[in-house]
Amino acid sequence: MSALDVGAALPRRKIEILPALTPLIVALVAAPFVGSASTFLTLTAAGIAMGMMIFTMASGLTLVFGMMDVLNFGHGAFIALGAYVATLVLLPLAGWSASDSVALNLAAFALAILAAAVVCGALGWLFERLIVKPVYGQHLRQILATIGGAIIAEQLIYALWGPDQIPLALPAAFRGSFVFGDTAIEKYRVLATVVGLAVFAGETLILNRTKIGLLIRAGVENREMVEALGYRIDRLFVGVFMAGSALAGLGGAMMALYRGQAHATIGAEFLVLCFIVIIIGGLGSVGGSFVASILVALIANYAGFLAPKLALVSNIVAMVVVLLWRPRGLYPVTGR
Amino acid sequence: MSLLSGDGPRGRPLQILIGAVVLALMLAPFLFPGAKALNTSAKICVMILLVASYDVLIGYAGIVSFAHVMFFGVGAYGVGLALYGLGASWTAVAIGLVAAAALSLALALAIGLFSLRVQSIFFAMVTLAVAYAFNVLASQLSDITGGEDGRSFKVPAALQPGFKWLDHPIFGVPASGKLIAYYLVFFVAAVAFLVLLRVVNSPFGRVLQAIRENPFRAEALGYRIVFHRTLATCISALGATVAGALSALWLRYVGPDTALSFSIQVDVLVMVVVGGMGSLWGAIVGAAVFVVAEGYLQDLMGALANAAAEAHLPLLPGLFDPHRWLLWLGLAFVLAVYFAPAGIVGALKPAEGKGKRT
Repeated sequence: MSALDVGAALPRRKIEILPALTPLIVALVAAPFVGSASTFLTLTAAGIAMGMMIFTMASGLTLVFGMMDVLNFGHGAFIALGAYVATLVLLPLAGWSASDSVALNLAAFALAILAAAVVCGALGWLFERLIVKPVYGQHLRQILATIGGAIIAEQLIYALWGPDQIPLALPAAFRGSFVFGDTAIEKYRVLATVVGLAVFAGETLILNRTKIGLLIRAGVENREMVEALGYRIDRLFVGVFMAGSALAGLGGAMMALYRGQAHATIGAEFLVLCFIVIIIGGLGSVGGSFVASILVALIANYAGFLAPKLALVSNIVAMVVVLLWRPRGLYPVTGR
Repeated sequence: MSLLSGDGPRGRPLQILIGAVVLALMLAPFLFPGAKALNTSAKICVMILLVASYDVLIGYAGIVSFAHVMFFGVGAYGVGLALYGLGASWTAVAIGLVAAAALSLALALAIGLFSLRVQSIFFAMVTLAVAYAFNVLASQLSDITGGEDGRSFKVPAALQPGFKWLDHPIFGVPASGKLIAYYLVFFVAAVAFLVLLRVVNSPFGRVLQAIRENPFRAEALGYRIVFHRTLATCISALGATVAGALSALWLRYVGPDTALSFSIQVDVLVMVVVGGMGSLWGAIVGAAVFVVAEGYLQDLMGALANAAAEAHLPLLPGLFDPHRWLLWLGLAFVLAVYFAPAGIVGALKPAEGKGKRT
């Protein structure tokens, strides 16, 4: 970074607008190929909802990476765990889910995703203390240790819940679709989008408007300086790690509800997607991962509709193209 | 010894262990009759080559790749599909192997050049994503690959179990094509292992270790890091491709579960860490311990699970369920990462021998 850039960044960092517009550009380019307006709207709405769920999982990963320089391969295990915790809450509350009252439905949903977040956050503390803490600062051993942790966690999930998938019913009020003319948008997708936006808004507010957020952002930029100023960086680390795990659980629970079943393979599947998203977004950048999640989900949806065979590699292609354009992701974080 | 490139196993206990494993593998058809034992031995040979080629990358160059099994799969599918499509001939094996090696090289080169210039941690993520996409692609393109079911094929006549090349058995073992197939696997794996040993002990191998220890310093000394790392990726990919081809020839089948699944990648990681990173001998120990454990630990765990179930203990039957054997290996893996970063080989090494030639 040149001296000029640093000077310009001091009063207020300039936010580049073009990377944020990429999902819109992709949508506009895809629109004429899709043809029918109602199909396009359905695809786009589905993509945005999917993007929000991916963002919920990926933002935790990117925060942990940005803050602690830890690439957590155990993140997938927390995604899977969130899905299973949701089943623990929703199966006993089947009465609430099935009732006609929207309030009860919403309560069941909220309890399920909150429980997933809380349990995963708590176990994130354990994971950080046992698995990650001894190997801070050593990338190779970190990767190995977190993979080991992920293996153990996945096997424990199988030991506790068995190897079969557990069906999970959506609360009654969120089944079915809103229909506008020819366009049908699933109700649950709207709910997922709302939750995802709330997560994004919450993260943005905490990061930009609170002392803790200031310290976290400072830690992402320059860890030593935060330590030198006398802050207990290890406490901050644990907090961020717990928050990251909680977000993984939240996203996992939402995704399991969307799919109607919980299974441990969801972890590995979305871990890969999360990696792609945080690479595209710029490692450590929450805003970047927000844009990248929507971008990846939209591209996957359009590609799935236009050329199903291509859809499989669309994520990789998107990643390569973005990195050729911006080698450090859409919104690179300084110092990485 | 020039055969071992001057880098034999160091320390008496390790020499005995390695010697025992190699001897056992060499004489496996005669020492351990029975199909299961021979399959286990062949799998160990294949895994030794796969793990050793992975160690070149992770142990010597310090790069974590998750696409290693992808190259293994390329080799297996290359030979498998060639035999399936062109009929059971050695020409088909050659064509398949050459095509697979070319594809592996191209992929390794592309991945290396694309992602190694940034950060090695980046490489880990990119390879994971690419390997995942490749896996999905192989299961989806079922017209070519046979999808989830994979492809069974005939191997050249000399390798088929029905082939008799002598009328009378040798030391009580029938002289069948299975015997030839086993020794083909054994010797190709052995030669490839020695080649890898030569590579890591060459000046090129030294530079790799220098880059692993301190990339800035290596760069300051004038070594091109991206070039060395990419070349290491290519060599390691070729090793994995050969291992995959051997695996396909032995199993007479390729499918996502035996050639591409992510769980094989995890197995390879466990083997390399438990055996010992940064020493190719670790590959022999790691692969032998892991494959034997996989084959026989499950029986033990089954017995434990039954005992726990009869005693009505909570949770324990689930934890000792034979399918949960990876849980215990995962624990061993994490403990090895913390307390024995050089694995079994490191634990058996004489204490004074660090960095010194004996």
